Amino acid sequence: MPKLTIDGKEIEVPAGTNLIEAARRLGIEIPHYCYHPGLSIAGQCRLCMVDIEKAPRPTIACNTLAADGMVVTTQSDRVKETRRSIMEFHLINHPLDCPVCDQAGECWLQIYYMKHGLYDPRMKDEKVHKPKAVPLGPHVMLDAERCILCSRCVRFCDEITHTGELGIFHRGDHSEIGLFPGSDLENKYSGNVVDICPVGALTDRDFRFQVRVWYLDTTKSVCPGCARGCNIDVHVNRRRPHHAEGRRVARLKPRFNEDVNRWWMCDEGRYGYGFVDDESRITMPLQREAGAARELGWTDAMAAVAEALGRVPADQMAIVASPKLANEDLFALRTLAEARGIRHVGFRVPPRTPGSEDDFLIRADKNPNTRGAELLGLDGNVAGILNAAIARRVRGLIVFEHDLFDSGWAEADVRGALEAVDVLVFVGTNANATSARAHLVLPASAWVERDGTFTNFEGRVQRFRPALGALGEALPAWEIIGRILAATGGETTATRAEHWFRALAGAVPAFAGLTYQNLGDQGATIQQAVPV
Amino acid sequence: MSEKIFSRNFEVQGANTLPGYRETGGYQALEKARTMEPAAIVDEIKKSNLRGLGGAGFPTGMKWSFIPKDHAGPVYLVINADEGEPGTFKDRYLLERDPHALIEGMIIAARAIKSALGFVYIRGEYVEPWRLFSAAVREAYDAGYLGKGFDIVVHRGAGAYICGEETGLISSLEGKKGWPKVKPPFPAIKGAFGAPTIVNNVETICAVPHIINRGAAWFAGLGSKTQGGTRLYSVSGRVNRPGVYEESCAITLRELIEHAGGVSASGRLKGVVPGGSSAPILAAHEIDVVMDVDGLRNAGTMAGSAGVIVFDETVSIPEALMVVARFYAHESCGQCTPCRESTGWIYKMCHRIVEGKGRKDDLDTILDVAKRGAGTTICAFYDGAIGPYISYIEKYRPEFEALCQS
Repeated sequence: MPKLTIDGKEIEVPAGTNLIEAARRLGIEIPHYCYHPGLSIAGQCRLCMVDIEKAPRPTIACNTLAADGMVVTTQSDRVKETRRSIMEFHLINHPLDCPVCDQAGECWLQIYYMKHGLYDPRMKDEKVHKPKAVPLGPHVMLDAERCILCSRCVRFCDEITHTGELGIFHRGDHSEIGLFPGSDLENKYSGNVVDICPVGALTDRDFRFQVRVWYLDTTKSVCPGCARGCNIDVHVNRRRPHHAEGRRVARLKPRFNEDVNRWWMCDEGRYGYGFVDDESRITMPLQREAGAARELGWTDAMAAVAEALGRVPADQMAIVASPKLANEDLFALRTLAEARGIRHVGFRVPPRTPGSEDDFLIRADKNPNTRGAELLGLDGNVAGILNAAIARRVRGLIVFEHDLFDSGWAEADVRGALEAVDVLVFVGTNANATSARAHLVLPASAWVERDGTFTNFEGRVQRFRPALGALGEALPAWEIIGRILAATGGETTATRAEHWFRALAGAVPAFAGLTYQNLGDQGATIQQAVPV
Repeated sequence: MSEKIFSRNFEVQGANTLPGYRETGGYQALEKARTMEPAAIVDEIKKSNLRGLGGAGFPTGMKWSFIPKDHAGPVYLVINADEGEPGTFKDRYLLERDPHALIEGMIIAARAIKSALGFVYIRGEYVEPWRLFSAAVREAYDAGYLGKGFDIVVHRGAGAYICGEETGLISSLEGKKGWPKVKPPFPAIKGAFGAPTIVNNVETICAVPHIINRGAAWFAGLGSKTQGGTRLYSVSGRVNRPGVYEESCAITLRELIEHAGGVSASGRLKGVVPGGSSAPILAAHEIDVVMDVDGLRNAGTMAGSAGVIVFDETVSIPEALMVVARFYAHESCGQCTPCRESTGWIYKMCHRIVEGKGRKDDLDTILDVAKRGAGTTICAFYDGAIGPYISYIEKYRPEFEALCQS
């Protein structure tokens, strides 16, 4: 392990660490554009210059590996002057259209100009003009004039997705990013190029012109789109709701987790949050009698639930849980089932079409918590439950989230089962064909509106946190289940998701020792040795 | 006049064919080299003081010795026949008139660096040199010089100056955009297709058979103390007899211009670019300089490709700079920022000055921008470009100021 000195501080780093990463470990930021830890070294932007003892001139830090005894200076006058020069070169042909640029506020040209530039502009000639507002694909828009040709996007498509749609065309100051003839930027991870673009050249067509980034609030979360559980930040617009016509979730961004998704996430997950503010959201408890639905408050709703469940003996009750529920919800549900003696509990509903999968992040299982549901022992036979309902051996059904009509099962069978039961309770975030047949519909808050944890396919338990208040009267599923438990004669002292998690960790060996504290921001793996 | 080595066959009818080349003693050096250990060949080249004749002037034998010893995979020999430096046209003569000298030199060099495959990267515009050299390669295959342990692939470039930069050339050879590569790794460690690679200029390799034939001491003695041999000077511009001249590396610029018939047009010398367009200009009073690598370096310029461009009194230096600046702005590959952005910017300023719309502070801006970009780029292109930017303005500033508004 080479030991080197950076700005007078000694540090030992693993062999193969470059100077940008070595400095980062010391809390020293070496400014850079083209370098990205997930991509190959390009050495193109020339901003990461540092002084190395005995070197005749400043050297790029990205392509210099830490060596034993190396003495590095990141703040010499010569380095500062070089950075200023490089910043000027980066900006001479830049359109400076910050007032209409979505990147403003999180633009590294702005940030580094303020930190390392601060020169008086000398460019008095006409700037080079290039194409603007060019759609590269379904999600990404290019403004070639803003581009600093760092080639991160090109390298991403070459090295990460291996799809190679992008190239740099032409030469000199007429160079520009573009698509190879006949291709569109429509790979399954295209949105990542917007994240890694350090300037406003690549913007997100979904996010463009929605809201200024400085009005956004950020919350650490986990993508619910598949069993991978990519770590994400949820960016919400609470402060300027009128800027985006009431759309609260502005965008999802991948959050680094070395063991899960590193810097990346797929487009399906990134743009999959639309249901949160969709018109189909259920915002009030609903009771349906003789085809007529009426909204009611939670107190009345719980009374109705208690009355309905009271009509069905426990051995004729069944629960179809959802692998979209959090561990906390599922444990609450397990508690409810045990308290009421409900033995028919399952969660696995086959999708209408098998989910697509790849060898990178995307998993075929489009549920975030299948593994959690398995670990909690809820993997009962849902098809058997439906058959029992058709045979009128099951008379009451509580369905979470699923639209059983949108599944791999025949529509007639589902209809037969749902029409046969005396009591159908639906708990979920959004209305669907199943909820449309429910006698009682209870609004659950979406994952961005609450606390909880998912267990990904590798057994990593990861927290998500509330970024928004619940819509309407929606409550977290664990809270709804707790209220049902209370309304049907049981009891719980859990008033927060964390209480349920604590109980879960105490009761399920795989989760032993896990707490919200030690899950932290990056999650923790279940006890692998414990048999399920 | 110095002894003719490189150009000895230039006027010999048929010397560019295999029988003609053999008549002049061709392929005898190869016979001799085949009796030598590879390390002995490298040693001989080191002792000859042969320095790269493409532009950088790096000692050839030392370059060869950078190939990792006991390397297991392939090693490539790449010949840079891209000859794009403005004012340089000597490799074209070698390819057309003495192609077998290059082939023989390559086979010997390949033995020295243990390479089984060589590439000759010929600039796209060189159609006739490509045709004639390719014919010679076919002859060498038919005669069994090639194809038995060493092969040559002839590759045509597509007209970009940057593909004459050794790693830009390698990128282009690999089928990629001709972008220079970030160093390290250097080509001798990881070059073409990831393998150790030596890139040499045409003329450099053409010297090899002569050195093997006649000995390192003989070759070293032809030149200066630190640079052996003669070399080919491409003399152009305002001289009475422009053309390719073979002279000792120890000749002075004044003698060279005299050999080329002296200054034409007005007859009064204004300045000379001694080593291709990237070499800083020498003023009329600075031409008593020895033309070897060190002599010109000490004079604040460079030997470069030995493309000597002579300006007489009637040449407008600002116009000349505008033309050169346009060239560099057009040819900058655009990969790294300082070069991409400032070559274009500087050209715009030069253009404006020539149009009479210059401001006095433009000159200081050009000088400052040029100096700030120096040494900050991936390759030597920009350091070459600033040669003219800085030297033309610093040495002929009143001429520029006369064009600028106050």
